Amino acid sequence: ENKMSFLPQKEGQHPSRCPDNSAFKQQKLPAWKPQLTIATVLSTFFLTGAFCLSVGICLILSANRVREVQIDYSDKCSDCSKLRENSSNWNKECHCSVNFTLKEDILGDVFMYYGLQNFYQNHRRYVISRSDAQLLGRNVNIEKSYCAPFTTYQNGTPMAPCGAIANSMFNDTIDLFYNLKSSVIQVPLLKTGNSWWTDKNVKFHNPKAYNLSSAFAGTARPPYWWKPVYLLDEEDERNNGYLNDDFIIWMRVSAFATFRNLYRRVHRIRQFAAGLPAGNYTFHISYNFPVTKFKGRKHVILSTVVWCGGSNPFLGIAYVVSGAAATLTGFVITAIHLKLRKKKTYFQK
Amino acid sequence: MALSVDSALYRWQRRGAESPSQTLSELTPLLPSVRDKVKLNLNKWRIVLPDNGRQWKDQKQVSTFYSGNKIKTTKYSWFTFLPQNLFEQFHRLGNVYFFFLAVLNWFPQVEVFHREITMLPLIVVLLVSMVKDAVEDYRKHRFDKTINFSKTRVYDKEEHAYVEKCWKDVRVGDFVQLQCNETIPADILLLYSSDQNGVCHLETANLDGETNLKQRQVVTGFSRQNTFFEPEFFQNTIICELPNNDLNKFKGYMEQPNNERIGFNIESLLLRGCTIRNTEVAVGIVIYAGHETKAMLNNSGPRYKRSKIERQMNMDIFLCVGLLFVMCLIGAVGHGIWTGNFSEHPPYDVPDKNGNFPSLVLAGFYMFLTMIILLQVLIPISLYVSIELVKLGQVFLIHNDIDLYDEEADLPIQCRALNIAEDLGQIQYIFSDKTGTLTENKMVFRRCTVDGIEFSHQENARRLETHRELDLDDEDFAKLQHFSLPPLNVERPGTYKQRTLRPLRRSQSARAHFQGHTRNRSLGRRDSNQSQVAFSTTLEKDVAPDSRLLRRVREAALHTENLSPFVHMKTSTALTDFFLALAICNTVLVSTATEPRQRVTVPPPIKPSGITLEKIHQMFQRLKLASLSQSFSSSQSSSDLGASFTAKNTEEHLAALDCCDNDNDCCDSGRGHELQGKGSTDIGSASLDEVFKSVTNSSLPTEFCYEAESPDEAALVYAAQAYSFTLVSRTPEQVTVRLPQGTLLTFDILYTLAFDSVRKRMSVVVRHPLTEEIVVYTKGADSVIMDLLEDSDKADISAEKRMKRIKEKTQKHLDYYARDGLRTLCIAKKVLNEDDFQKWANFRREAEAAIENRDELLMETAQHLETKLTLLGATGIEDRLQDGVPDTIEALREAGIQIWVLTGDKQETAVNIAYSCKLLKQRDTVFTINTENKETCESLLNLTLEEVRKNCEVEKPRRKFFGIIPTSFSTSEAPSPEFGLVVDGRTLNIIFQGGLEEKFLALTKHCRSVLCCRSTPLQKSMVVKLVRRQLKVMTLSIGDGANDVSMIQAADVGIGISGQEGMQAVMASDFAISRFKHLKKLLLVHGHWCYARLAKMVIYFFYKNVSYVNLLFWYQFFCGFSGSTMIDYWQMIFFNLFFTSIPPLLFGVLDKDVSAETLLGLPELYKIGQNSEIYKLSTFIITMLDAFYQSLICFFVPYLTYENSDIDVFSFGNPINTVSLLTILLHQALEMKTWTLFHVVAMIGSVVFYLVFSLIYNATCVLCNPPTNPYWIMEKQLSEPTFYLLCLITPVIALLPRFFIFALRGTVGASLILKAQQLDKRPKRQQDLEIQKLRSRKTTSGTPVASPTSNDDFDQNFSHLCVSPFLHPAAAAVSHGDTESQRLSTSEVNPLRKRTPEEGYFFFNRWAEEEPTTTDSSEGPVATPGQGGGKLSRDNANNFNHGSHRRSVSAVTL
Repeated sequence: ENKMSFLPQKEGQHPSRCPDNSAFKQQKLPAWKPQLTIATVLSTFFLTGAFCLSVGICLILSANRVREVQIDYSDKCSDCSKLRENSSNWNKECHCSVNFTLKEDILGDVFMYYGLQNFYQNHRRYVISRSDAQLLGRNVNIEKSYCAPFTTYQNGTPMAPCGAIANSMFNDTIDLFYNLKSSVIQVPLLKTGNSWWTDKNVKFHNPKAYNLSSAFAGTARPPYWWKPVYLLDEEDERNNGYLNDDFIIWMRVSAFATFRNLYRRVHRIRQFAAGLPAGNYTFHISYNFPVTKFKGRKHVILSTVVWCGGSNPFLGIAYVVSGAAATLTGFVITAIHLKLRKKKTYFQK
Repeated sequence: MALSVDSALYRWQRRGAESPSQTLSELTPLLPSVRDKVKLNLNKWRIVLPDNGRQWKDQKQVSTFYSGNKIKTTKYSWFTFLPQNLFEQFHRLGNVYFFFLAVLNWFPQVEVFHREITMLPLIVVLLVSMVKDAVEDYRKHRFDKTINFSKTRVYDKEEHAYVEKCWKDVRVGDFVQLQCNETIPADILLLYSSDQNGVCHLETANLDGETNLKQRQVVTGFSRQNTFFEPEFFQNTIICELPNNDLNKFKGYMEQPNNERIGFNIESLLLRGCTIRNTEVAVGIVIYAGHETKAMLNNSGPRYKRSKIERQMNMDIFLCVGLLFVMCLIGAVGHGIWTGNFSEHPPYDVPDKNGNFPSLVLAGFYMFLTMIILLQVLIPISLYVSIELVKLGQVFLIHNDIDLYDEEADLPIQCRALNIAEDLGQIQYIFSDKTGTLTENKMVFRRCTVDGIEFSHQENARRLETHRELDLDDEDFAKLQHFSLPPLNVERPGTYKQRTLRPLRRSQSARAHFQGHTRNRSLGRRDSNQSQVAFSTTLEKDVAPDSRLLRRVREAALHTENLSPFVHMKTSTALTDFFLALAICNTVLVSTATEPRQRVTVPPPIKPSGITLEKIHQMFQRLKLASLSQSFSSSQSSSDLGASFTAKNTEEHLAALDCCDNDNDCCDSGRGHELQGKGSTDIGSASLDEVFKSVTNSSLPTEFCYEAESPDEAALVYAAQAYSFTLVSRTPEQVTVRLPQGTLLTFDILYTLAFDSVRKRMSVVVRHPLTEEIVVYTKGADSVIMDLLEDSDKADISAEKRMKRIKEKTQKHLDYYARDGLRTLCIAKKVLNEDDFQKWANFRREAEAAIENRDELLMETAQHLETKLTLLGATGIEDRLQDGVPDTIEALREAGIQIWVLTGDKQETAVNIAYSCKLLKQRDTVFTINTENKETCESLLNLTLEEVRKNCEVEKPRRKFFGIIPTSFSTSEAPSPEFGLVVDGRTLNIIFQGGLEEKFLALTKHCRSVLCCRSTPLQKSMVVKLVRRQLKVMTLSIGDGANDVSMIQAADVGIGISGQEGMQAVMASDFAISRFKHLKKLLLVHGHWCYARLAKMVIYFFYKNVSYVNLLFWYQFFCGFSGSTMIDYWQMIFFNLFFTSIPPLLFGVLDKDVSAETLLGLPELYKIGQNSEIYKLSTFIITMLDAFYQSLICFFVPYLTYENSDIDVFSFGNPINTVSLLTILLHQALEMKTWTLFHVVAMIGSVVFYLVFSLIYNATCVLCNPPTNPYWIMEKQLSEPTFYLLCLITPVIALLPRFFIFALRGTVGASLILKAQQLDKRPKRQQDLEIQKLRSRKTTSGTPVASPTSNDDFDQNFSHLCVSPFLHPAAAAVSHGDTESQRLSTSEVNPLRKRTPEEGYFFFNRWAEEEPTTTDSSEGPVATPGQGGGKLSRDNANNFNHGSHRRSVSAVTL
């Protein structure tokens, strides 16, 4: 019979076209088929609940150990802030003091932060307005970077560092004084070692040169700055230029409009060896950073940390709540299960 | 010439291949031979000049405008691929969207990501699709090539001979010489045939699926026959129609040099793709070539198919676009408001390059665009690529399924369409071809009744079964053992010395034999490994004669030999006449086995000796068979009908009618008799054998081959041959038959009244060589023959009584046959005296000579002759169903699929097949509508509809009541299963033309199945389109012939059956399988899987993208809607590309929600796909809401944790990214039902890869991706406990609701799918039991569609065959009566029906708790009477048991 002849037949024996009888091709691979039986379901819920509850309680307890003082100095320095509203006063200095009392000791490492409110460091055009290559100390043409319009001055002098982030760097200086029985002791604060080690050692480098000022020769400071970048810390050569910790920390743009940046750490020597003792303190603030334009506020914060972070108790609460929810769900399912079993319409074995 | 053809049909655009022939004015003068006569317009006519060098100049010029014979079904060529493919790809909205985004990102104002990076996804998508298209096109190209390079013989004018050429080089005007069994390369006008009468036989199976031979006639008047045709001297010009797609019309004329015209029509055209049969040589001239051939024009090319899920997905993508728009708008407005809050620009609001700030509105607008770029992932373009990949994987697995592999043909399933695999899981309507699809297209003689005595031909039936049952599964076998007959010793000790090596299939083994009883039980078995060829030849030819009948025939033969041939005994005459009629009354062509297709016109000389080995072998075979059959039915002694039926035919309907209450007993007693009588008859038969042997030995002929116009004619001739009435030769004038005695009788054929569908019969008028009587043998449909029988008024009373009894009995048998799905034919004869015949002959001659209304006159004369017939008997021929067809159909039906049969075949045949494949049940009311009148049709439709609706209303309250009960079964609203509808092609035409489609559809919705008979390919496709469009359902067409091509293409899924009838259907199909039964696994298992997998994957992708991209959106509320991202772009891209892509892809390819066994066991599960339960709008919305919830959790838990801290942007983004990765993967883990090693590796691998990548990327990349710089962030965070705490709690909170719902569903839910999943965990044995339980529960709960067998078996006694062929309203009234009685019968069963809901409820309740109480019958429903059931329901239970019991018996003995 040559019925197939419309498709001319090929001569010769070809190998059988029979598919392999392999487990994969026949879709018969050994498999685990999880089933949501009542036992697995209930144990899952109750175990999860118990775990979350215990972790949550631990977290809340630890978070409660954190001591934190936060002082909003934007109102207390209203004179200064008014002065700063007019940008023509940019070179006038303005100082203000803020007093506060610690009712109990803050033990352990104490960190001093400055906090900004309503400062959208995470704005898209702001975030990108930097040149990482420049900050690595490379001699790059920043015209091609995302720094615009903070790249060069009219005369062609490039800014160092370029970009909006660097330009808008926080430049208040805050000093802490401990008022011990009418004597005023300046609390020793560490200004280095606050930034990430990798930032300081990998991501930021000063241009290589004989000295810093020559390294930055031919560049100009950003328009909002008072002094060039190589004068950020005249006392410590390793904390100067792009390697300045305050600068590095500022360049790590914050995730939210309300944020804090680590400013100083209390140096634990002398009477501050255990932390900050209770008593009266004063912040001496050189008020340079204007925030009224965008209805911002400025804070200074003293805080300790624990293993699970700062004072934010949210994580603990989240654990407790979800643990409770899981347990409750477990009970609900048990109830439904029992009710249905009574009714005998339930199919599970 | 493209312009002349309906361009819509002309899909094969060959670009630039030919210039359109607008330039006909130039052409006309080129035709010197014809131009003088007619201004021939090439726009209206085609002119073909022979390519024999005589008119070579014109020929050359004309033929350049005609298409060559090369076909090209590919879309692209090497050069056009790139531009054209790109062009087509950009027709996809997704790609345009991508392109738009890429362009947008080039504007600095809105630039979010790097310009180059944004192009990446676009390029990847384009590239992947391109490769896929290229591969697909290349496959087509290869197929084209094999066809184009097939060889044929074309006349070469230089060499003056036929030379071998490739098909592609054949041109219009070429002379082509074709040999027997060759495929025709182009449309060719037949000019010469080696046949004396100028006839060429043609098999058009490739074209219209009909396997019978068609005759084509050499163009008359031009040829001088008996001389070999010389193309060189052919001078005529051929003028004919332009290429068109009508397979049945063709006209034109030939202009001779002397301006004489010779007309011709389709009768002379050999169509491309057909096969020359039975003709040694044919020569013709090519008229149409290549794409202009009728076959190609009918092939409308592949339709771009888009699966239902994809269509739905597009809808949802539009929803996503809406969502995106809203989100972008929020971003834009928010940004505007935020900016407006500042009286002066704050330091963090950075101006553009020139230090300027855009205005508020412009800023908002920029932000809108920025947000589009930012949130682009919301439109899951990656989904398109993923879907393509997943579908490839799915198709790969389908392709490799060993269950869909056909050993005989060595063919696995072919998946030709790569993108609609999941549509297989959503089919609601199946349109099936009949011949070759449901049936094997092999007509086999099954049984006959002669003179009122039924000969069941059990041996024959057994023989037919043997091969099927060869490797029945052991499990089935075990089930059978319980009921089956004790094994009989079939192999008698070797009585004959000549043992041949050839295995005799009929007597394979004892096991094979009693497996043979269970012909309806063909559950998912592999095919036997017998080769197809050997099987097909013997199956149809070798009819195992009924031993009883054989004995009688021999006795009769002996009698007639011993006595005088002129003395006829009553019974022997009937027998002899019957078989003579079978042998004579046909138009069969005879050829010998040694020279197949060579017609035997002269009776071969009888050789008394010199028997070849082969002949001995044949004889041996036959005798052996006879002895075998003896052992089975030797106890059959009397002609008592009842006894024969009860003892032998324990088929249940017969049994029921013969008032046999307990079949088992009958069976036993019958068996007893049989065994007793065995010994004695063995001796008798042996002695008979001896006699017979001596007789046949003398004249054993070479084997004959018979070729008939319809296969059942051949089957009858083979049947006659089995009883030694061998048709030896046949010419138009004479027919020679060899009788059992060995004598050759040559009848003069006086007239042959051919078959026509109006008369439904055919007759031959012969002169009996011995008696010189003029005998009319008639065979035809029982409905007509029975009315034409002789009213025996003149005969004596006893004879009259006898005739009547015979008639009644025969009618009864015929009814059984019909019910058994056999094609029935009545055989009758009439003896004419010379005068009457002469009178009639004169009439006939006049009629033949008549010019006006010749047809009517011929009809009249025929009718005049075919009266007062004497009934000889009737035959039942089986158009053998393919293996497993009833089973498959039942499973598909249970799966909620409506099955229609669209066939070009006769109505009776179609209905018979429908019954035998369980498409129609005996108790169904079948409405038949045959009319050509619109009004009648309309009123008929109305009447029927009314009738059907009335019936439905009775059922409706029940359903409503049932609807209250909360089971998953109440969801499906399937129509009442009580009705079947049969319409024919003419009626379909009326319906389409008269705008009655809606009524028709309304009616069909109530029908269990619909049969469209006598329908043309076009009508088939119109029906499919109608249903598809109007009812908005998913359709599947399955067919095997070229006549099914249009239907296959019209449906959502087209399935071709490969093997039998050429490649056309396969070429047009989306999937090609080799057997109908493969459809079951393809749909129920692969369809379900593909659908479930893909649907879940699509939903998951939407979820994934939305939940991920929303993280960015939430962040906008905290960054002044400035379009900031807290996640590094590379990590973002990789997130979708690598970190979360493998698990869903793997899931899409490999997940198994339910195992294949369970899916096959519970076809009901298919409804999940049918009702699109997994992927529909509600699930989409729920998923979206869940995505929103999860993204909120994934964003705000980290946010609240890090609020007010010194966290920087990317340090904040990192835990979010990680957390959402974990959430998204765990979400996938929840969805996964199967965890293989692949899944585990992919899951863990994804997380590990993410960590490793992040660590490496964050450690090395100080400057890679300015201005964003995620340096050392991962490392830093991994050293902080907060990060770990976050990673633990966030996914838990995010997934808690979903897990809760899952848990609730998993523990207390009762959906079928969950139960099926639970089943999978059970051990095999228990699984089967549970499946049975589930099924029985379903049965009793009265799901309308899925009423499996038991339902109609227990009230078998009430069964009514209500075929009501009403042709006019009056007849319709009769049918009302029928349905009335039908309703009566159903009302009797109704008490049970009314009970069912409650029972259903009880089953529902009890199912889980109880182990099966009734385990005796694995088949029947397990009837557990409920508490409220009371006595009545217990009765019903008994009823059930009884029914099931009987059913199993019947299953054994059938």
